[in-house]
Amino acid sequence: MRTEFLAGVRAEIPLMLGALPFGLIYGALAREAGIPPAAALAMSSIVFAGSAQFIGTELFASGSPGAVILLTTFVLNLRHLLYSASVAPRLRHLRPAWKWLLGYLLTDEAYAVTITRFQVRTPTDADRHWFFLGAGLTLWAGWQLSTAAGVLLAAGIPTGWDLEFALPLIFIAIIVPMLTDRGTRLAALTAAVVAVAAAGAPLRAGLIAGALAGITAGWLVDRG
Amino acid sequence: MRSAQTYWLIIAGMGVITVAIRLSMILLLGRVRLSPGVSRALRFVPPAVFSALIAPALVRPAGLLDLSVGNPYLLAGALAAAVAWRGKNMLLTIAAGMTALLILR
Repeated sequence: MRTEFLAGVRAEIPLMLGALPFGLIYGALAREAGIPPAAALAMSSIVFAGSAQFIGTELFASGSPGAVILLTTFVLNLRHLLYSASVAPRLRHLRPAWKWLLGYLLTDEAYAVTITRFQVRTPTDADRHWFFLGAGLTLWAGWQLSTAAGVLLAAGIPTGWDLEFALPLIFIAIIVPMLTDRGTRLAALTAAVVAVAAAGAPLRAGLIAGALAGITAGWLVDRG
Repeated sequence: MRSAQTYWLIIAGMGVITVAIRLSMILLLGRVRLSPGVSRALRFVPPAVFSALIAPALVRPAGLLDLSVGNPYLLAGALAAAVAWRGKNMLLTIAAGMTALLILR
């Protein structure tokens, strides 16, 4: 139990460090967008989804209607439906409180390390939900602290740094080692082409279209 | 200008939507069984979703398609991918990509 929890913490640390600049940037941008400081801070624990928070901030800043903000959040986070289905078989035996807690902690970053852990077999498999908890809480703590720092230090962050670019770099570091067979490579390539072609579509539809096209392509070629 | 209360309401709504999606299959799996075809498709979720997030950031940095060697984001991303493929080290990958972008711009 302790072993799995600490392994989860250790596995998440690089991703948590990678997420820190985004917490800072989010906090600063949310202040600039005119979101009250307490609400900007609370968004990191209530929503706890980096990309949705960034888009939400952008939409708040441009005065978009609340319904558009909620719909965009829904579309953008649809990918978590697939994560949810993907971890669910390993969490089936847990009590509801565990399921709610881990569901709340199911971010891109926690999913990335947890699914890797779930795909190997070890003698401590019965405790692997502790791995998920360790990873999820590590990211959560880093996200809350960096957001708070961003909200407080909003004015002092140099703007020419292009720190946002760390986000695609983190995702590159996650997926490149996964591309070990024809199916996963085709899935990634198809998703990239469709997402780029449809990037101008409203409501981030290009992201969802790209992801679904990639999954379909991988699935079709995998059937042989 | 929105009232503070409206901000809180919208943020609460975003939170409910997000957690509902994340919890959905975890809670429903006892009742809803995934077919083998769906389970097999789930293996392709991470590469597809992350790739769909990455690609536009690299080749449409300013909203317009730029596949030239003059696009620093594309070059920095390609270098980071090469580092990730060889080393499988996340911090090294990020450092290589950020450094490349700083130099190229």
